[in-house]
Amino acid sequence: MKPASFDYLRPATVADALAALAAGGEDARVIAGGQSLMPMLNMRLVQPRLLIDLGRLEELRMLRAEDGWLTVGAAVTQAEVLARPTLAQEVPLLAAALPWVGHFQTRNRGTLCGSVAHADPSAETPLCLIATGGEVVLRNLRRRRTVAAADFFLGPLTTVKAVDEIVECVRFPLARPGSGHAFREQSMRHGDFAITACAATVDGQSASLAVGGVADRPALRSWPLVAGGLPPDLDEALNAFAWDLGGDDDQHATARYRRDLVRRIGRTVLEEALSCRR
Amino acid sequence: MPPLNSTSPLTAETRHAVSIVLNGTPRTGHAHPRLLLSDFLRHELGAHGTRVGCEHGVCGACTVRIDGVAARACLMLAVQADGRRIDTVEGLAQANEGRMTALQEAFRRHHALQCGFCTAGILMSLTDYLGRNPKPTEEELRDMLSGHLCRCTGYAGIVRAVMDVTGRTMKEAAHV
Amino acid sequence: MTATQTATRTIELEGDPAQSAAAPFVGRAMPRVEDAALLTGVARYADDLPVKPGTLHAAILRSPHAHADLLGIDTAAALTVPGVAAVVTGADAKRLASAFLVGIRAPMEHWCLAIDRVRHVGEPVAVVLADSRYQAEDALDRIEVRYRPLPPVTSITQALEEGSEPLHPAVGSNLVNSRSFRYGNPEAAFARAARTVSVEVEYPRNSCTPMECFVVLADYDAAEDSYEVLSNFSGPFAVHPVMARALNVPGSRLRLKTPPHSGGSFGNKQAVFPYVVLMGLCARVAGRPVKWVEDRLEHLMAATSATARRMRIDAAVEPDGRVLALRMEQTEDCGAYLRAPEPASLYRNHGNLTGAYDIPDLAVTNRIVVTNKTPTGLNRGFGGGQLYYGLERLMNRVAAELGLDPLDIIRRNLVAAEAMPYRTASGGTLDSGDYRATLEQAVREGALDALKARRDALRAEGRLYGIGYAAVVEPSISNMGYITTVLTAEERRKAGPKNGAQATASVAVDPTGGVSVTVASAPQGQGHRTVLAQVVADVFGLRFEDIRVNTDLDTGKDAWSIASGNYSSRFAGAVAGAAQVAATRLRGRMAALVAGQLNCRADDVRFAAGKVFSDANPDNSLSFSRVAAAGHWAPGMLPDGQEAALRETAFWTPEPLKAPTDADHINSSACYGFIFDFCGVEIDRTTGALRIDRYVTMHDAGRLLNPLLVEGQILGGFAHAVGTALYEEYAYGDDGRFLSGTFADYLVPTACEVPVPVILHRESPSPVTPLGAKGVGEGNCMSTPVCLANAVADALSGIAVDEVPSLPITPAKLAALIHPPEPPRPASTAGSGENPPPITTPAGRGLTGEGSREVPATPEQVWAILLDPMELAALLPGCEALELVGPNAYRAEVVVGIGPVRGRYTAEVALSDLDPPNALTLTGSGTSALGSGSGTGHVTLERTPTGTRVTYRYGASVGGKVAAVGGRMLDSASRLLIGQFFEKLVARAGGAAAPAERPSLLARLLRLLGVAR
Repeated sequence: MKPASFDYLRPATVADALAALAAGGEDARVIAGGQSLMPMLNMRLVQPRLLIDLGRLEELRMLRAEDGWLTVGAAVTQAEVLARPTLAQEVPLLAAALPWVGHFQTRNRGTLCGSVAHADPSAETPLCLIATGGEVVLRNLRRRRTVAAADFFLGPLTTVKAVDEIVECVRFPLARPGSGHAFREQSMRHGDFAITACAATVDGQSASLAVGGVADRPALRSWPLVAGGLPPDLDEALNAFAWDLGGDDDQHATARYRRDLVRRIGRTVLEEALSCRR
Repeated sequence: MPPLNSTSPLTAETRHAVSIVLNGTPRTGHAHPRLLLSDFLRHELGAHGTRVGCEHGVCGACTVRIDGVAARACLMLAVQADGRRIDTVEGLAQANEGRMTALQEAFRRHHALQCGFCTAGILMSLTDYLGRNPKPTEEELRDMLSGHLCRCTGYAGIVRAVMDVTGRTMKEAAHV
Repeated sequence: MTATQTATRTIELEGDPAQSAAAPFVGRAMPRVEDAALLTGVARYADDLPVKPGTLHAAILRSPHAHADLLGIDTAAALTVPGVAAVVTGADAKRLASAFLVGIRAPMEHWCLAIDRVRHVGEPVAVVLADSRYQAEDALDRIEVRYRPLPPVTSITQALEEGSEPLHPAVGSNLVNSRSFRYGNPEAAFARAARTVSVEVEYPRNSCTPMECFVVLADYDAAEDSYEVLSNFSGPFAVHPVMARALNVPGSRLRLKTPPHSGGSFGNKQAVFPYVVLMGLCARVAGRPVKWVEDRLEHLMAATSATARRMRIDAAVEPDGRVLALRMEQTEDCGAYLRAPEPASLYRNHGNLTGAYDIPDLAVTNRIVVTNKTPTGLNRGFGGGQLYYGLERLMNRVAAELGLDPLDIIRRNLVAAEAMPYRTASGGTLDSGDYRATLEQAVREGALDALKARRDALRAEGRLYGIGYAAVVEPSISNMGYITTVLTAEERRKAGPKNGAQATASVAVDPTGGVSVTVASAPQGQGHRTVLAQVVADVFGLRFEDIRVNTDLDTGKDAWSIASGNYSSRFAGAVAGAAQVAATRLRGRMAALVAGQLNCRADDVRFAAGKVFSDANPDNSLSFSRVAAAGHWAPGMLPDGQEAALRETAFWTPEPLKAPTDADHINSSACYGFIFDFCGVEIDRTTGALRIDRYVTMHDAGRLLNPLLVEGQILGGFAHAVGTALYEEYAYGDDGRFLSGTFADYLVPTACEVPVPVILHRESPSPVTPLGAKGVGEGNCMSTPVCLANAVADALSGIAVDEVPSLPITPAKLAALIHPPEPPRPASTAGSGENPPPITTPAGRGLTGEGSREVPATPEQVWAILLDPMELAALLPGCEALELVGPNAYRAEVVVGIGPVRGRYTAEVALSDLDPPNALTLTGSGTSALGSGSGTGHVTLERTPTGTRVTYRYGASVGGKVAAVGGRMLDSASRLLIGQFFEKLVARAGGAAAPAERPSLLARLLRLLGVAR
């Protein structure tokens, strides 16, 4: 269980990294924290010819809240974001979900951007990005473009990111006053992949629920509030959402169980989000 | 050797010099780009106190501190560690005048290890973690420990040992 | 009786032994001498030991198929990879080695490398030897192996079917052994009993998976035709002759060493032995030393497993719950090969099949089947988890059916203290204990009444809360003859008697008075060195730290027997006992040495506080070291006939361990401890998640030599049992693919999942062992899974009568029982959401599917498409080249992948059963470094008024690495890829356009990639 051979580049600038990536094409991969890529390398599921290390690029270490967004650069670890004292006010959903990402030891190196680029259907960071209406900033040698999270994920491990692009940063909108947020997930063990993860946001007008672990990508659905409360036909709405998500059987859980959790945990987090609006 | 920060990559077929500060001592070894940090520490530098249990980042046996931060040595390349400070289990007593630290002594007292294969990684996680959170609750501690697999102890002795050195008491066994 | 301890109350530690030098060390909670090395990183495990210059590193090519003929291996390309020295295959094994001995009389051959057939995913097929492990793995991808898949046998049910493909054709059946036993008069008991109560249970595959994997360092000396191997093998050393025979040498030419430290075993490291042979072979072929370190993927996929067992038990029951007789049918799945010492799992508990109960009449049928799964072997609890899962579920069922309290059923049937030693129906001798008093002590000290009150209160709130019980006897120190119970008395007579359980220990005193103890117990982390120092220090009246214990073993020099090793909880009873015997004998010799000097008889010489003196005159003492020096420097002082050397080796075997009788009575173990557990669990109504609220485990393991270590054993066994009950399973698909290949798929409980049990003790010394100790490390693997299951049954009692999902009891399985039927899909939403509609899952878990489509073309036109290579190339997903290699047979280059993951397959594609233009069969199979894939599609073309109805059925199989590490995603991915083929066919034939391809679901199988996000 050792990686296949590759060249290794630790570029001095992002521009150098992008140039190498453009030249390397399909055979080049970028690595930052490596907490998703390294197991794939060790198992030889991925065999790049060139590995480009973004981990030490100061340009990618931005972590700031301004103009209504929390911006997290590609070299910023999950632990660094979690340790941000103002996170719970800025992006409360992220503050609630990040402790569920892997473990203390993997959060110390794993990055938010890496998790988003990896696009695991049950990962918490993509779920939060979808749930909050965040965006992904992609950059190649020639240009930078911003993609809404809702448009970014195409399927498992599949995104709109082109071969020559990196995820330069991800941006979460800062929580609006009067909104409430709640996150819950069910997994086999602490720190495992979510069987079902639910993230709810309720503001003055609507309630929305994002679900990970069921469909082949995180998915969001919103409903208008009725008389300031959750819609009276919420059970039917959640049932419809659950069926649309579908889900698959695996050795640990059935598709039906996943849908059941959407109906049940989905309601719970929506109620929690409604009650904790501030 | 070419500088590691370079526009030209380190080539796959060549062993490149990698210098780290291992437990306070500068050490240099050589590594192909694909060599895992865990293998570099154990088989290139001879620091075999760091154990390898799964090589896919789940079991935690290979956890070391990289610039002070606990992380999996199997999920990092040796060349990525170049220029970094790496601390491993061997350094704990070395930094304590050759005596076991209070945490190590507590592990012994509370039978927090049996085969000992997971122990080095757990100690390295704990030294980082307790630096940030010196008096964790049992729940917080167990949450952090969930990044390590131990097959011998059922974790009870480990929790007890940490609670002992942090001056907290462990909750009674799931009591009525 | 010692003080009661719980895991949460700190045991009083013996930090400074000198403070209480007079008190014996045995029985005290001594911290371990092992710990300093382990805590500071200087311990030497097998992979830490130096290797000889020129050592080659091995990587093993493993079968991606569950069952296939092995047609050929081409190693030419692999040999060109830089650093590669040799590639070893089954042909080398045939030339230089032999098949392993098998424990039953059946023509089954198991070799260290597959010869002409592979029988489980992960079976070794070839070994690459290179300058580094990295390079060896480079070459694995370049070995070309041709397989012809065979129908896999993936369940006990299937193995018992008449038509199942025999794994071992010469045996002719996958039922490889069946024996029936009858003890007493069970028929009469069933006839007279008021009623019969039955359970049928299945126990899954799992293992205790130590944190350290297997390691082998092997060297071959051609001049001496001998092998020298270092491995973290744990015993039993009964396997040593098996290894030597497989290497075609006498045991004296297989020198096997064990390292100073081992990273856990729990029985599993017994299963390194085929690799000892394999690496010995490799060293011989390469002419250089060889090192192999198993990786975790290899370990989970192919190292070893507990047996899966199906069990049906009927109980003849009186109205008051008294069980008069049992009728058992056990069917054991031993995997692809009956690997030594199997079928031991099935027979280890033969003497205690009736558990802790006084049940005089017993009928048993034991069947052994082979399946296309990893061979089974030693695993903590060995056979006990399986047995008691059936037996204690049965006792719970008796209570449920009679409407009685399950605890009263246990009480009513326990063996009485007055009956000890109690001879069981099948010939076991329960050696000591007062089971009823022990149970009552646990009920009292474990506060069962309060737990019941808690259950009532929580149930009143509508919560799902249950209490479970289990009572078991924990066997220890296996009788080396028990496995022969699988043979008939006639076969046993031919084979010669097998019995006993010899333990060895050597004690030596050096000229400075230092004491060394050497044992062949192959410890795996339990702390044998600490306990032996306690035992021997007491014998000599020395300080704990005066005793030095060596546990690394060298079969070329050390005293060992076939019973040596670390298994069947034999250390405390047998090995520590043997050490005491050896030390006591040596002390007697030293007494004889100095008796003259002390002016007393040897019997009156005392050893205490580092001094040697006469009982009558303690003031006239000699130091221990002075006596030791005299033994070395002045042997002439010895009375006539006394041996001089201050070294003693004891071989001790428990007296009651005889061979099976002609009536198949067998005392399968020397000692039997008693365990009574109860627990409270709560099931979350929303998620189905189970929480262990309280667990009480009461042990009578005889005399406790070191309570701290005993507690560690119980806590560790309990954690394994929690894994077995709730999380862990080696899961396989119906096609034999292995699904639990990573620690993200095989779920070892973490600190968040394992609660701390309340541990209670009672000590009834064993009359059998020198120190009165019994084994203690395995019991909770026997009692805890079923105790939790019985608690689940109680929690669900408002929903179903005594119903428990299969192990592991997952939230999804519990939710399926708790939750009402799923509300139907609302008609209005189908396909209207922003997400694509879900794929319809076909019935069952296999990779199968079918479809039908009408196309506006004649059957002849569709037929022409299928038979045209150009068209076929366009239909195959990811096809880059297609080459005709025979009539309707092609070789295709296919790249299947998603995101960064690509697998290049050279696929064999063939059309057969041609019935133009009505029907054909399309088969395809290929292998890449990621694993294997194969599929068969049956296509029928039916003329309709407007064209042709194309109907297809397919079955597919995916194996190897990609299945093992991404198994959860395979169903949908395979469905999608195969579905794509037929959709394209329909489209090509002019039918409705194939639906826009969703991003390939193959990617889903890579969800594992985030194992450590």
